[in-house]
Amino acid sequence: MIRLEEITKTYQMGSRELTVLHGITFRIEPGEMVAIMGPSGSGKSTTLHVLGCLDQPTTGRYFLDGKDVSRLSRHELATVRAQKIGFIFQSYNLLPRMSALENVKLGLKYAGIFDTSLAKEALARVGLAERAGHRPTELSGGEQQRVAIARALSKRPQVILADEPTGNLDSHSSAEIMNMLVELHREQGNTLIMITHEPDMATYCERIIHLMDGLVLREERI
Amino acid sequence: MTRFLDPLLSAWSSVVAHKLRSFLTMLGIVIGVASVIALLAIGQGAQAEIVSSIESLGANLVQIYPGSFSGPGGVRGGATQTLTLEDAAAIEEQIAHITDVAPVIQSSAQLIAGQENTSASVTGTTPEYRTVYNLETETGAFFSDYDYDRAARVVVLGATVAEDLFGEADPVGETIKVNGNIAHVIGVLKEKGAAMMSPDDGVYAPLTFVQQTSAQQRTAQGDHVVSLVALSVEDGGYSEEVTEAITKLLRTRHRLLAEAEDDFRLMSMEELVAQVSEAMDIMVIFLGAVAAISLLVGGIGVMNIMLVSVLERTREIGIRKALGAQERDIWIQFLIEAALLSFTGGLIGIASGWGIAAAVGHFVSELTPLVTANAIILAVSVSVGIGLFFGFYPAFQASRLNPIDALRAE
Repeated sequence: MIRLEEITKTYQMGSRELTVLHGITFRIEPGEMVAIMGPSGSGKSTTLHVLGCLDQPTTGRYFLDGKDVSRLSRHELATVRAQKIGFIFQSYNLLPRMSALENVKLGLKYAGIFDTSLAKEALARVGLAERAGHRPTELSGGEQQRVAIARALSKRPQVILADEPTGNLDSHSSAEIMNMLVELHREQGNTLIMITHEPDMATYCERIIHLMDGLVLREERI
Repeated sequence: MTRFLDPLLSAWSSVVAHKLRSFLTMLGIVIGVASVIALLAIGQGAQAEIVSSIESLGANLVQIYPGSFSGPGGVRGGATQTLTLEDAAAIEEQIAHITDVAPVIQSSAQLIAGQENTSASVTGTTPEYRTVYNLETETGAFFSDYDYDRAARVVVLGATVAEDLFGEADPVGETIKVNGNIAHVIGVLKEKGAAMMSPDDGVYAPLTFVQQTSAQQRTAQGDHVVSLVALSVEDGGYSEEVTEAITKLLRTRHRLLAEAEDDFRLMSMEELVAQVSEAMDIMVIFLGAVAAISLLVGGIGVMNIMLVSVLERTREIGIRKALGAQERDIWIQFLIEAALLSFTGGLIGIASGWGIAAAVGHFVSELTPLVTANAIILAVSVSVGIGLFFGFYPAFQASRLNPIDALRAE
């Protein structure tokens, strides 16, 4: 379960203060698939960073799996990311010098898992068993994103955070990726939170949280 | 296993990914380590060479010179006339653990053989001189007690002198003129080729004969002045005991007051070897320090490249952090990379330094460079140490990057 309580985030921009989040409150049940939508500047990226333990809120509390993670040390945050969170990025963020398999293994390594068969399994699950030895530059955009999905899911995290996962893909690949995410989400039963500004993609989810100017505008169940 | 091998392989692949850059970075370390290895090898080779050439003169040799170590005008020698034949006789009679004593009158002389002439130092001494200095004859023989007793007009030539006067021909049986006095050549010494105090350049004659050919100096007491007294002790271990006993004896004989300085100098081979070794050590350390500066410059090169590398791979660091890498993981990754760069440079440096030393040894025949295990251990640990030291700051910077900013980097 994820619960955000009155999360605010203020950045210091030189002498000026810039408040991006003005008090976000929502909860997401375990196993839910939720889209966070909003125009640029609505604070959806910052919300994702807080959810992903990449950043800490200025005020407010964030409960992940029943534990308050809003005041953890950098070391503890890294441990939470390694154990409980899988990221999928718009620009895939694979390491260019590594093969697909090595990229998936890297995700497992930081979670303390040194089992190559798990990485191979995950690649097979996204249909890339044959291309395990290829480097990202030798793969299409859709294939790269599938490697990233395998990397995020191979350690079986409680929460998958997808930041515009189809933003760089054509409509055919987008549908393919979304179907795969939905399928894997149902299979593994983890919580999936996706940021998007495309309503089409949001409809794959069970619920949409709309943000506007750093506040929750409304929630909508599909 | 993979847990420990993995960071190493990852570092290696990153070093290999930028071959030219890695090579140029290593070059500083390579040059530094190579010069340390080569200079140490050449320095230690030279030291071993000098020590062995001194020892070839006789490891148990003790020499007594007239004059004191210090005093007005520094070392007084040569002109002082404080050492006598009678002193030598007293030493031979009264001091234990001495095998042979050879008093020496040294002078410089013009030598003429047929058309050839040369100048050399003439050593007038006793037959014991041969055993004291470990001399061997190539042809003929050293002069004997019989020659000495009857002041025979005979000389033994050093190898270089023999060649100067007679070329390839055997001089034994020929006559030469020593300052106008005719003398028979009865022997030629084996070439020693020693770098210091080589006997090759000398001419050796019975002291009794030399006394007849030139005016001899006497002390106020009428004793016969000598240039030096050489003696050999039974075993190197007795050197100290013997030099102490001689000092005491000579001070008594010379009637020196308790507060007066010695009017003679004792030099044992052991002491000389120790002195030369010390001087060489200082030189080696100095050369090593100069070479170490280039290692330092190499280290700064490593640091520079690591900083660039961290900047370049900011996004990679962000990705790793998003995947859950601890700061320590990032830190270790970059530190290993820096250490690997300088370690590889160190290995190449050892090989090239060894090569340079071997090449110098090949072209300078008197020198056999010595690459010691210590020098290699030193070079390897210093190069790894440099990598760790200069990699520390860039690695620390990498580990402290904010993951969000790092992910945004291009």
